[in-house]
Amino acid sequence: MKISRIFKTIFLLDFLSGLIIAVKEIFKSKKTINYPFEKGKVSPRFRGEHALRRYANGEERCIACKLCEAVCPAQAITIESSEREDGSRKTTRYDIDMMKCIYCGLCEESCPVDAIVQGPNFEFSTETREELYYNKEKLLDNGDRWESILAANIRADNFYR
Amino acid sequence: MVNMIQYLHIIFLEIYKILFLLVPVLVSVAMIVWLDRRIWAFVQKRQGPNVVGPFGLLQSLADALKYMFKEVIVPSSANKVIFILAPIVTMTLALISWAVIPFSATQVIADINVGILYLFAVSSLGVYGIIMGGWASNSKYPFLGAIRSAAQMVSYEVSIGIIIINVLLCVGSLNLNDIVMAQENLWFVIPLFPMFVIFFISALAETNRPPFDLPEAEAELVAGYQTEYSGMMYAMFWLGEYANILLMCALGSILFLGGWLSPIEIYPFSLIPGFIWLIFKILFLFVLFALVKAIVPRYRYDQLMRLGWKIFLPLSLTWVVLTASYLFYFNLLPTS
Repeated sequence: MKISRIFKTIFLLDFLSGLIIAVKEIFKSKKTINYPFEKGKVSPRFRGEHALRRYANGEERCIACKLCEAVCPAQAITIESSEREDGSRKTTRYDIDMMKCIYCGLCEESCPVDAIVQGPNFEFSTETREELYYNKEKLLDNGDRWESILAANIRADNFYR
Repeated sequence: MVNMIQYLHIIFLEIYKILFLLVPVLVSVAMIVWLDRRIWAFVQKRQGPNVVGPFGLLQSLADALKYMFKEVIVPSSANKVIFILAPIVTMTLALISWAVIPFSATQVIADINVGILYLFAVSSLGVYGIIMGGWASNSKYPFLGAIRSAAQMVSYEVSIGIIIINVLLCVGSLNLNDIVMAQENLWFVIPLFPMFVIFFISALAETNRPPFDLPEAEAELVAGYQTEYSGMMYAMFWLGEYANILLMCALGSILFLGGWLSPIEIYPFSLIPGFIWLIFKILFLFVLFALVKAIVPRYRYDQLMRLGWKIFLPLSLTWVVLTASYLFYFNLLPTS
């Protein structure tokens, strides 16, 4: 052993410098937040709870092209479609099994009309599994509730798409 | 009949005195757990428990309440009597040692002349609670944890004993109040500083605190001797452990930091009663305990044993010889 090493060991110098660092760290600002009371920032690209958006006039964006159903790697999306009275192609069923979903964001990327999106909400835990089988009403309802934030996020990300 | 009433009077007076000591000790154990977690969190730049009560002060009470309502599970293969006895032994031993701790010249429940020996004997018995718990659980992790814990506590008790001999050489009495009074002019932390450091580290090992928390090393032994315990029995182990830590801090402040003496005997400081000084000193040592927990990694078992037997024991023995020769040569040996 080197002399300096022995000196350090006998006088606990390494330990003391550690202690000083610890005391300094105590007075620095905290890196954690009081979660349920304050929340961290979420990126515009955050892939949280799904939502189906509408046009400003209230018409659903989804055209039942089934690209999201095809691209979904977890096969969590089920779509059935038919022709509406006015001749447009619309979904009659749009289900997402949120327990199968892996939140990869491919559905959002594949959508040609920005209908299916993943919003900033990550607090949608439920007490039963049944509540996590999202149907069309639930998704549209989500879209209505989060529309302003969803639109802002898509605008913010527009430049990079 | 009159005799009987006098008798009862004495008994109730004693019980009153004991409660007056034990209730604050138990409350401060709860607070100290909070302080420990909080300091630990602060060093790691976390918030720590801060939800229950102001600054999270009531967190330990909430935890205690939770433990009370949890089911106490006794494993079917366990030796039931010893299994239930173990936490009781641990907690009782941790609490009865407080009887001889002096909070001022008069505020001590049992001012016995062999106070330090009594403390030493009781803290040695503390190993039994752990061994009983580990053995009676009849399961491998508690058993290994108990073996480790027993070996560790016995090894470090030796060096603590020799460090205490150092102090006793300077005092010439085994009474804890005499030890405090002997430090009126100079706290023993100054002439015996290396012994204070070794005492502190041995106290860490003695109370199974990091970096010597091998008996409950999570990665290897789940929770050591506590693995099979649940509910209130677990809480009693936990209370006993923290009461022991507080006791070690109290012992350290009495042996080296002048106990209930105030650091400077000038006007504003001499007004503060002795027990407050003792509490301050205990808190200071405890904060050091908590900081050490936050900054050090765990020792390997052979390193721990080497430190105890090959470094601390010879070092403290040498220091005994040095202290004794110094006192003898300069004719400073206490005469009583």
